[in-house]
Amino acid sequence: MFGRLDLSAFQHNIITLGGIATMGIAVVGIIASLTYFKRWKWLWEEWLTSLDPKKIGVMYLIVAAVMLLRGGGDALLIRMQQVLSVGDSKGLLSTDQFQQIFSAHGTIMIFFVAMGAIFALMNLLVPLMIGSRDVAFPFLNATSFWLFATGAVLVNLSLAVGEFGAAGWLSYPPLSELTYSPGVGIDYWIWTLQIAGVGSLLSGINFLTTILTMRAPGMTLMRMPLFIWSVLGSLALIIFAFPILTATLALLSLDRLLGMHIFTSEMGGNPMMYVNLIWAWGHPEVYILILPAFGVFSEVVATFSQKRLFGYTSMVWAIWAIVLLSFLVWLHHFFTMGAGGDVNAFFGIMTMIIAVPTGVKVFNWLFTMYRGRVHFTTPMMWFLGFVMTFTVGGMAGVLMSVPAVDFQIHNSLFLVAHFHTMIVGGVLFGAFAGFSYWFPRFTGFRLNETLGKFAFWCWQIGFLLAFGPLYILGMMGATRRLDHYDPSMGWRWLFVVAGSGVLVIGAGVGFQILQIVVSVWQRQPSWQKVDRLLRISKIKKALGLSVTENQKVEPASDPWNGRTLEWSISYPLPVYNFAVIPKVEGRDPFWVAKQTKVQPAKPAYEDIELPKNTPIGLFIAGGAFLFGFGLIWHIWWLATVGLIGVIALITIRMSDDNTDYIITAAEVENLEAQRRRSA
Amino acid sequence: MNKESHSSLSSYLLGFMLSLLLTGTVYIVATRHLFDGGGLVLVIMILALAQALTQLMLFLHLGQETKPRWKLGVFLFMLMVLLILVGGSLWIMQNLNYNMAMPATDTMKDERIYR
Amino acid sequence: MNSLASDQVMTKNDKTVLGFWIYLMTDVILFATLFATYAVLRNNTFGGPSGKDLFNMPFVLTETLILLTSSFVCGLSVLAARRGSKNQAQMWLSLTFLLGMVFILMEISEFHRLIVDGNSWQRSGFLSAFFTLVGTHGAHITVGLIWLVVLRWQMFTKGFTDSTLRRLTLFSLFWHFLDVVWIFIFSIVYLMGVA
Repeated sequence: MFGRLDLSAFQHNIITLGGIATMGIAVVGIIASLTYFKRWKWLWEEWLTSLDPKKIGVMYLIVAAVMLLRGGGDALLIRMQQVLSVGDSKGLLSTDQFQQIFSAHGTIMIFFVAMGAIFALMNLLVPLMIGSRDVAFPFLNATSFWLFATGAVLVNLSLAVGEFGAAGWLSYPPLSELTYSPGVGIDYWIWTLQIAGVGSLLSGINFLTTILTMRAPGMTLMRMPLFIWSVLGSLALIIFAFPILTATLALLSLDRLLGMHIFTSEMGGNPMMYVNLIWAWGHPEVYILILPAFGVFSEVVATFSQKRLFGYTSMVWAIWAIVLLSFLVWLHHFFTMGAGGDVNAFFGIMTMIIAVPTGVKVFNWLFTMYRGRVHFTTPMMWFLGFVMTFTVGGMAGVLMSVPAVDFQIHNSLFLVAHFHTMIVGGVLFGAFAGFSYWFPRFTGFRLNETLGKFAFWCWQIGFLLAFGPLYILGMMGATRRLDHYDPSMGWRWLFVVAGSGVLVIGAGVGFQILQIVVSVWQRQPSWQKVDRLLRISKIKKALGLSVTENQKVEPASDPWNGRTLEWSISYPLPVYNFAVIPKVEGRDPFWVAKQTKVQPAKPAYEDIELPKNTPIGLFIAGGAFLFGFGLIWHIWWLATVGLIGVIALITIRMSDDNTDYIITAAEVENLEAQRRRSA
Repeated sequence: MNKESHSSLSSYLLGFMLSLLLTGTVYIVATRHLFDGGGLVLVIMILALAQALTQLMLFLHLGQETKPRWKLGVFLFMLMVLLILVGGSLWIMQNLNYNMAMPATDTMKDERIYR
Repeated sequence: MNSLASDQVMTKNDKTVLGFWIYLMTDVILFATLFATYAVLRNNTFGGPSGKDLFNMPFVLTETLILLTSSFVCGLSVLAARRGSKNQAQMWLSLTFLLGMVFILMEISEFHRLIVDGNSWQRSGFLSAFFTLVGTHGAHITVGLIWLVVLRWQMFTKGFTDSTLRRLTLFSLFWHFLDVVWIFIFSIVYLMGVA
């Protein structure tokens, strides 16, 4: 009836109980608040059934942020273990726990924090920046988000019911095969990734179609903002890399579910083929993550240097060089697996070459700043931190691209330091820059700059403390995933320094949370009010009256004096984004419009068609959850119910001819007039 | 308008006839061993690619869209990735197998190591 | 300026067809991964039978010709639908379905014979890869047949609207693409297997 799910799945120890308690308190707290403030209907109608990418983007961000806390908690446990478990001491965690924790840490950070941040940015910014009202397939978009959320639920559920995989974030066979991992852990890992991965792939198709077919008239490819170009490159990678992951995970699951011998170490399987395939996906994956971060920096640097981006064309070429090359380097993840010199040399050389286009981008950002009027706002601080941190980490990568060197430091802490430098210093700093840069666009007020800078410095210094020692440890011979060592190695003080770094990063996270709370609390006057105050002060000046200090405000509809279309709409953003689709005549269209001070003609409003809310995306994800949970625990009837449910829901949706609603031109005119009046 | 204008009866009939012909040809070539070893593999692949191209153009109308030719572009990009993935994987795996070959006598012979 | 309705329909068609085409391209990469795996494992018979021992070539040729014909008549149904010949379109679609059904039943019987003879996917790496690659193609065909049933029901109840015509186009793309994949299965798995 319940497959292999029995009471033993609920056995816990102090560590897992701590995790469950934390999650439980959070969930209960949320349910209690929603009930107390009577917000269930609001949640359902405004968020859970919404097909608005602006809302979906916020939901991605919330999931990513929560998962950052979970993954960070895992990191703290890892570091504590590595400080305490020396010589005779066994530390806090058993070896099996430690292995599950580092596996969960990597899985969560890559698939839910980093990918979540990327999809959040895409949902929030792509339609606005290309002058569109929506994505190409809004229903698919919502479904993709809910599939992503389902993956997040599954990985956290493994903490409470059963166990998680203990074979790393990539679960290499033969360790991940039935013989050596007979429990549910690897299955949780497989289905978490498979379900979230399908969501990612569908999003990839969606946003690619959106960018190719829904740009505003006049926005040719070479007039698109660099963020959109970067996203386009990332999408090209998503579309062709994720199917490899889907297939490889499916093959592993077939080995485990049906007793196949694709990757087993006996009966004709080939475990090395798994390593080959998983990295054929895995390498493009890291470029999927970094390209949008590069795109954020392109926008941030140009805006805060008050200057157009230097070398637009070379930036575009660099993106496509990175996209192409990222398909040609994947063997560098397994130089030591035994290929011959010719194979290793080819991939080593390609790996060295891929550093070049990134270098082009860094120089272009710096040249943008040169002779610009640079404003050191929080987003700009994240950029500067990125330039220095990411460059160092990148150089470490080029060092490892030499196979002979890699033979010494493969799977050492040097490698761990390198990839954390890239993902934290690159992807995460980029996500934070984007978050603080675009926050005012969606909320109407800026984040507190002082707290933002404290957060940045904690992260920057914390990162150096947490990972600097790891470069040294790697060179000294410390391997990754190590849960115990002898004091005679002389490593312990370095681990202590690294552990302190994690605490400083934790302070950074604390400042970020504080920043949000404080900013909401003391938010600047709403933009409408600010604009009104501005008009009053102009009138007063014209009449020769004195203007008081608090009426000297900056125009806040456009807090950073932005250059691109997403800033061209007054706050709050209407559901349809643009009342009239803009006509684009060049790059940085909003900047150009502001300089030429074009008097807008009376807008010609048209009917606007938008998708209605629907819960079906959420339900499809629910079906996927049942399917995954059923396969994990061998509850075959449950898996079948889930699968049939998904098919039925898709059929129901496809039979619905009434999925959109229309805002008539007259209604649009009224709404726009209201927006102007309340300003 | 972006209508595909070549989906006429003649293109489908031609595609069907050519596919039948190519299927029959490759079947006879393979089952009667009209070539040997590597040559046979090459001929089979050429005939397969020819039939695939036929069906891509005549059934799937590849290359016949009006500008912008996104479908063609995405197809060519996919083809590049496919060649890298399949070709690269075969090269890598064969190389790995070579270095881990059992029996070692194969490797010994190739590298002229004699006891 | 065109009215909202015609603009939306035209744009919706283009977007949807492109989006579906992109999905098909991702599916090709999925199959490519399975082909690469098959190629690597093709000789890993672990002392068991190889393709030469197992494949019934005339049977497979028949399957191939049936699927090819199914793809062809699917194309004919699209032509008929665009011309407005509803009855012809439905007739060709019936034939598409019938031939597809025969194909999948033949494949199931092939798999059944193998399993009953003790040559299931558990026998060796080669057989695992064979069943996965050919089985995934069969699963896609099955999904296509289910889709075709639902689509024909919609065409029957709602007629040949913009929406059902668009879906017929998408289905035909899917169906043709599955035949292209089969060309490679036929060539690489079966023909090279017995060569």
